[in-house]
Amino acid sequence: MTLSVAIEHEQGGFRLDAAFECGEGVTALFGRSGAGKTTLINAIAGLARPRKGRIAFDGEALLDTQRGVSVPAGKRGFGYVFQEGRLFPHLTVRQNLLYSRLFDRRPHPAGDFAHIVELLGIADLVDRRPAQLSGGEKQRVAIGRALLARPRLLLLDEPLASLDVHRKGEILQYLELLRDEVRIPMIYVSHTVEEVVRLADTVVLMSSGRAVAVGSVEEIMGRPDLRPAAGVFEGGTVVDARVIGQDMAYELATLAFDGGTLVVANLDALIGEPVRVRIRARDVSIALEPPRRISIQNVLRGKIAAIGAERSGGVDVSIAVGGMMLRSRVTRRAMHQLALAPGLEVYALIKAVSLDRSGAGRG
Amino acid sequence: MLLTPAETGIILLSLKVALWSMLASLPVALFTAHVLARHEFPGKSLADAVVHLPLVLPPVVVGYALLLLLGRRGPLGSLLEEWFGIVVAFRWTGAAVACAVMGFPLMVRAMRLSIEAIDPKLEAAAQTLGAGRLGVFLTVTLPLALPGIVTGMLLSFARSLGEFGATITFVSNIPGETQTLPLAIYSLTQAPGGDAEALRLCVLSIILSVAALLASEALVRRASRRILGYDAVGRD
Repeated sequence: MTLSVAIEHEQGGFRLDAAFECGEGVTALFGRSGAGKTTLINAIAGLARPRKGRIAFDGEALLDTQRGVSVPAGKRGFGYVFQEGRLFPHLTVRQNLLYSRLFDRRPHPAGDFAHIVELLGIADLVDRRPAQLSGGEKQRVAIGRALLARPRLLLLDEPLASLDVHRKGEILQYLELLRDEVRIPMIYVSHTVEEVVRLADTVVLMSSGRAVAVGSVEEIMGRPDLRPAAGVFEGGTVVDARVIGQDMAYELATLAFDGGTLVVANLDALIGEPVRVRIRARDVSIALEPPRRISIQNVLRGKIAAIGAERSGGVDVSIAVGGMMLRSRVTRRAMHQLALAPGLEVYALIKAVSLDRSGAGRG
Repeated sequence: MLLTPAETGIILLSLKVALWSMLASLPVALFTAHVLARHEFPGKSLADAVVHLPLVLPPVVVGYALLLLLGRRGPLGSLLEEWFGIVVAFRWTGAAVACAVMGFPLMVRAMRLSIEAIDPKLEAAAQTLGAGRLGVFLTVTLPLALPGIVTGMLLSFARSLGEFGATITFVSNIPGETQTLPLAIYSLTQAPGGDAEALRLCVLSIILSVAALLASEALVRRASRRILGYDAVGRD
């Protein structure tokens, strides 16, 4: 599938002028609040009508202001999961889930309902009213309701924003399930790095109404120049890896990546599973010799590739470790004491406990 | 308190007039309320003012305007008689028309408030699930506005039971045809020795109005409990 978007819109002094293309998997519309993410996803859904532009899905024009084409929201075949769930309060959970069938003449596959209800763990809730559900339950029902309309693309607008930390983790797991098992393409609006790192394949970085960069998660998250636009004040490295060992006794997982292995604390994943880890630059220390008798579990040998500009007393050092470019943030004094310079062979030290669940997810 | 046949006749006529005026204005009021609540258009404030006019005008003005418009020689009245053979002037149907016009702003107001209270985001969600305009209205807007719609209907019904000025001006005070409860009370107070009978009708009128208001409260509670799963009225 390919969704191509090129629209211009103006709303109350705010200008949106965005163009990008995306394909299978999860595409994150990522950026700070007020970057125009919601306006953009509403335009894709057909809830907002841009002044000018074209939106096409697999070549089929859904919006083409030049030719006066504008397919209504209900006929685009996109599911939409809103920030606040938006369940119909006058209907039961079951009626909410089956709502789209009132307007869908296609024959629906047998067992569709039972399958999705079971997948999302909401079988026990179907006879309740939305008012009797918790925030996490509401959001699962909202996802189920969107899926039962059998969309060809699922749009999600910060679906975790109104949930507490526990529920966030719970819903993230379900979203991973949709990505890996239902394999439905998704467009996911978020301003949270962790969510994007965990879920997305492609990132569209939005800033002041423009799509400033499109690329893989590793690429976009790794570019220091994009950090202000992303609202990511902490530099870091996104690593794609695979679980090769689980130490049950110590609750440590060993991950293999292009350039070595990483030991990670408390990661809930099976051997062989792909995972993605974000290593914050400030959690990476640099040594000139392999340290001995030290608690740090990850010592990676690499070569300094570049040293970034000085910023508030610190510098960003890029270290090539195999095929990975690891970022480390050290003080200016440390840089001078160790005489760090491009080409120097160094050891990067990373505490295993700094790579916990919040920074790691199934990739 | 046993009713005389004359009293029963007056009450049945009043109920008939009130019921028909309520039913006739229902679709028009619902449409008007939806337009005022959900659409922006030039001249909206003017339209809003016109809707509210019967609330602020002297009822006698409304009645006289209806007489000019819908009387047998009025521009609308003559067309109605010519094309459909319908005459409302000096008939009970005319009394229903007068009551409908007088109760219209109350009905629109209640409905409009309840439609405005519905989160438009729910209607947008319905659109993304395949509903068209009519689908959204029938499955989301209408059921969620039901308590307000019931309130509006009952307010209009109660207003019709008490309507006097517009009715007497438009269709006069004809016993058995247009003489509703308030008009009958008025006639009795004008006649010598009618005081006792007038008092009986006043008590009847109070009972009817209180019953209508209580019924409306109960209906709204039931509707909101059925629709929302909880008692919205009790929470206010």
